Amino acid sequence: MRESIVMKVHYGTALGAVALVAVHILFRLTQEFSKSLQYESVIANYEFLPYALVLELILVLISIHGFNGLRVILLELKQGRGYEKAVTYGCIAAMVAVIAYGSRTIILASMGMS
Amino acid sequence: MSTTQISEEESQTIVSSPKSIILRISRSNPQTGTAKSFMEFKVPYEKWTTVLDAILEVKKHFDHSVGVRYSCRQATCGSCGMIINGKPRLACFTKIVELNSDVVTVEPMNNFPVIRDLAVNFDRMFSTHKKLKPYIVRDDSEITSKTKEFLQTPEEVEKYIQFSSCIKCGLCNSACPTMATDSSFIGPQALAQAYRYIADSRDKGKNERLKIIDEPHGIWRCHFAGSCSMVCPKGVDPAMGIQLLRGYLLGFRR
Repeated sequence: MRESIVMKVHYGTALGAVALVAVHILFRLTQEFSKSLQYESVIANYEFLPYALVLELILVLISIHGFNGLRVILLELKQGRGYEKAVTYGCIAAMVAVIAYGSRTIILASMGMS
Repeated sequence: MSTTQISEEESQTIVSSPKSIILRISRSNPQTGTAKSFMEFKVPYEKWTTVLDAILEVKKHFDHSVGVRYSCRQATCGSCGMIINGKPRLACFTKIVELNSDVVTVEPMNNFPVIRDLAVNFDRMFSTHKKLKPYIVRDDSEITSKTKEFLQTPEEVEKYIQFSSCIKCGLCNSACPTMATDSSFIGPQALAQAYRYIADSRDKGKNERLKIIDEPHGIWRCHFAGSCSMVCPKGVDPAMGIQLLRGYLLGFRR
């Protein structure tokens, strides 16, 4: 994949994450802040499907952006064909693992199985 | 006249000068494994004395073995780039008085392999520069009788003219923080030159050049520190050129 496409995705996920995290923070204002962080409120959020979708999207966007950022930092630290391949595939694998584990948590919580 | 003889005019300059600085010159030779160390020389100066003049004074009177590359002495050839008091500058374009210091330290440029003392190897910079096709790319020619001169409006010239002032001195690459860690990074010099030709209305090689810079160690590794533009002795703004080039790759510019 061309680096410009990767970077377009990088910038796009950053903008998307900022917008959705803003929505996520605004949701804290729907009730008293300390109350919104109580166990029942958090579970209720997960069980509200649109909110669970927002959380899933935030997870995906931040994972893509974060792991690509990590890949870029690691590529700048050291160079070499083998190393660069390992960094790229390692970051993709880590990203998939984080998304899979996070999605599992969101799905289980939204189904009331936490 | 023998080469070691001092001309009358130069001798008078030394004797008449009431001011002097301590010139600290970095000495190293990777080929013989000589580690970096500093040698200090007390050098007289006048208000017009440049750092290159002071180094040549040392070579002439104290130690002729100091390794330094220079040629034009007028900021045109781009040979005498070095770190002067911590900042990449052209030695021939930096007067002692403007440094406001009694001690002037000269070191070889960062991010380049050292050949000896103050001379560094430009091979990688030149090869990267060549890789980006630093010439007008098009099938027809303005020198054949069938075609006419390729005219440009002043506005079209304005788009790239500052970037054509680059003298390939390497100061921008030396100041670049990305180049310090990423040895494969194309570098601000070559990227600015890519913009210079892409922005030229006569050129048809835009896609070829964009393809070369659009790779993992290409244009996207620039973090826009802007240090390349700060140190350019010719007033070129490579950081701006890089941002404008990104506009082509992101689809903001055609």
